[in-house]
Amino acid sequence: MEICRNGDALQISELDPFLAELLRQIPLSTNPEGAPAAEERLFSKPSAEKEICAEWKSYVEPELQRIFRSATETVADDLAQLNGNEKSLGNRVLRIPVEHADAWLNTLNQARLVIATKYEFSDEELNDHDRSPIGSRRDLGLFQVNFYGFLQEFILREISG
Amino acid sequence: MSAVSAVRLEKGSTSTVEAPAKEKETREAEELDVPWQVIVHNDPVNLMTYVTMVFQRVFGYPREKAERHMLEVHQKGRSILWSGVRERAEFYVQQLHGHLLLATLEKIS
Repeated sequence: MEICRNGDALQISELDPFLAELLRQIPLSTNPEGAPAAEERLFSKPSAEKEICAEWKSYVEPELQRIFRSATETVADDLAQLNGNEKSLGNRVLRIPVEHADAWLNTLNQARLVIATKYEFSDEELNDHDRSPIGSRRDLGLFQVNFYGFLQEFILREISG
Repeated sequence: MSAVSAVRLEKGSTSTVEAPAKEKETREAEELDVPWQVIVHNDPVNLMTYVTMVFQRVFGYPREKAERHMLEVHQKGRSILWSGVRERAEFYVQQLHGHLLLATLEKIS
């Protein structure tokens, strides 16, 4: 896989089917359904005061949901470039317009937080970047968190000049 | 002059009819006047570079200051990013949650 900046877009090319699938999994990975802890992490409490938390749930959470959904939809639309014949993936280029960078950062963060919360990764595990992704579903989850983190780092470097 | 101080000045007036309402208003105003803190808590998933960028964007801090706060969060588990009136503190916490940082607002005791 190659990743670079090309004018007003970030480009990911020379994708193999495995990494292409991990990219396609980004929007789905943001879904905290079935993992209340992950949902609690995405919508964390703003205060120890019950009154503030109750108001927050009514007035702020719907807006946060809208922000997260909108970012995820932008990423899903960009990822549609990867649809089609798997055999031609190597020649395919995923082009991410720079103006979508914030949506990507947000969505990658949602996905990383949800996966990390679901699997309850320890600090030690999160810092182990050399673990094989093949061992188990849990190891694959850790690989996803690190791969999405790598993409975030690249995007951050490019948008902050 | 702020609305809060205006209410405080009127409290000393000789009007006995309006006094109870003004007393209540003063108490509410004083409550609003209590400073609040915006605190960001450590999270092992969020990238350090990402957290720094969010601090720069949300608070308009220069990179060095944003990095200092990020390192404080990382090393000490939390950092006080801002303090002031509640409404503004809520706004900042909402922005931080929008970027998926663990943030809370607390009344300064």
